[in-house]
Amino acid sequence: MTTIDAGPAVKGRARTLTPLWLLLPAAAVLLPLFVYPIYQLGLLSVLDFRQAQVSGGQPTRFIGLDNYTDLMSAPRFWSVLWATVLFAAALVLVTLAVGAALAVLLTKVSRWAAYTLSLAAMAAWAAPAMTGSTVWMFLFDTNLGLVNRVLGWEGHNWTYERLDAFALVGAVVVWHSFPFVMVTLYAGIKALPEQVLEAAQLDGANPWQSFWRVTVPMLRPIIAIVVIQSIIWDFKIFTQIYVMTNGGGIAGQNLTLNVYAYQQAFASSEYGLGSAIGVVMMLILLAVTLVYLRLLRRSGEPL
Amino acid sequence: MIRRLVPNTIALIVALVVAFPIYWMVLSALKPAGEIQSASPVPWTLAPSLESFQRVLQVNGFGRYFMNSLIVALAVVVLSGLVAFLAAVALTRFRFRFRTTLLVLFLIAQMVPIEALTIPLFFLVRDLGALNTLFSLILVHFAFTLPLAVWMLRGFVAAIPDEIEEAAQLDGASRWQILWRILFPLVAPGLAATGVFSFITAWNDFLFARTFIISATENQTLPMALLVFFKPDENDWGGIMAASVLMTVPVLIFFLFVQRRLVSGLAGAVKD
Repeated sequence: MTTIDAGPAVKGRARTLTPLWLLLPAAAVLLPLFVYPIYQLGLLSVLDFRQAQVSGGQPTRFIGLDNYTDLMSAPRFWSVLWATVLFAAALVLVTLAVGAALAVLLTKVSRWAAYTLSLAAMAAWAAPAMTGSTVWMFLFDTNLGLVNRVLGWEGHNWTYERLDAFALVGAVVVWHSFPFVMVTLYAGIKALPEQVLEAAQLDGANPWQSFWRVTVPMLRPIIAIVVIQSIIWDFKIFTQIYVMTNGGGIAGQNLTLNVYAYQQAFASSEYGLGSAIGVVMMLILLAVTLVYLRLLRRSGEPL
Repeated sequence: MIRRLVPNTIALIVALVVAFPIYWMVLSALKPAGEIQSASPVPWTLAPSLESFQRVLQVNGFGRYFMNSLIVALAVVVLSGLVAFLAAVALTRFRFRFRTTLLVLFLIAQMVPIEALTIPLFFLVRDLGALNTLFSLILVHFAFTLPLAVWMLRGFVAAIPDEIEEAAQLDGASRWQILWRILFPLVAPGLAATGVFSFITAWNDFLFARTFIISATENQTLPMALLVFFKPDENDWGGIMAASVLMTVPVLIFFLFVQRRLVSGLAGAVKD
């Protein structure tokens, strides 16, 4: 492997152009704005830091793990944590099922049909979380919404019941995120050697069998990556919940960890407690990421 | 042909369902106010009007918020693209200690729940005296789009054959010249792809806009301005949909422009 810093011919100022210099601008941005805030988040989570401390009325106090023990003993934290995990799990499953089914469908249709479906999926993918939320809210509006009008359910409020609200938000999230799964899996299926599927067909496998016994095992690395990306995205849903349930639903019934941390900090001025929730989230996602890295290594991606 | 009739029909129906919300958004933005209130809404309009757009742009000053969003997103694209380009060159064209570690860190950085960092960043921005400014939004998105931009650009830099640089070196080009005159133009398609991604991230951001722009309404970006439309009892849906169209269309165009690159870049290890 030849690199441009090799070679004795290079002299003078050019010699100073080392990877260090090239990485310096990135470091100058990432250290203060990315690394330092992570450290600060950890620090805030072990402090008593509320409105009084922010305004300077009271001194900041180190309180060790008190914020964490407060959290652990709060039933609300556990219910939010559960809701977050279940909501994310449901989203991942549905997104994956829809994405995979449509990826297989794409391999069976004519060109124009595949193009039409891809175009529609792209539009859903590209729509900002904010405007995706607004248009779905309009479709499901209590009085003027098309859905209620068509169903004849005028006056039915889709965000009143906890599960209804989660389902509605979930539908928007799946609508946004299935295209990534569909397109990625479709690319994966197209890359499979055709002979393998033909051989399965000759051996008398029906489409269902060849999907589960041949396609899925061969796509395992791609599926793993798609699953983990989805877990990471779906665990961090913020905008849709915040906007569609007006900041976490009636009495906070639709809070997820993200929105919960945000509300603790910025609505209740419990900055220390909010940070502790943030740290918990960070640790959970770090664990998922480590699994992801191991899978990447195993699938042979050169770093 | 007949064999494909069933799957084609299913695909078409799915496409209609998936595209319907976007269609409904555009349609409702063009419907006159009376039709939006109508008890039996129809999926077309015979009297399209721009009155919702006019109301949004003139009465609510959406033009200003649109420009604010545009300024933030474009600044992020330029800054993040340039810095990521340099870092990507360092990580692909040189072998040095901790190179792999750095790469892994750039990957991990993409997984960090940025939402959780709003709390420390809020205080950081406050201490800088930058609350309520577009600068604060540029700053955080610059940082948060960088890891993915580096990760995506890395592949584009690596795809350029070493021989091109060697030839330039033999011709007496300095490394500085090689960097900007040779590598930079060759990576341009990659910069466009990553740029679109950075643009979309900054453009779509609701969280930081909500957190940092507290009182200076003139510095709001589109997502926050949109939220202002929601009123407890009577939502101006025509206006909300018109504003949503204004926010969606630029991203949609960009997205269709680079969708293929985006897919391979995002999927990371997935090969075409």
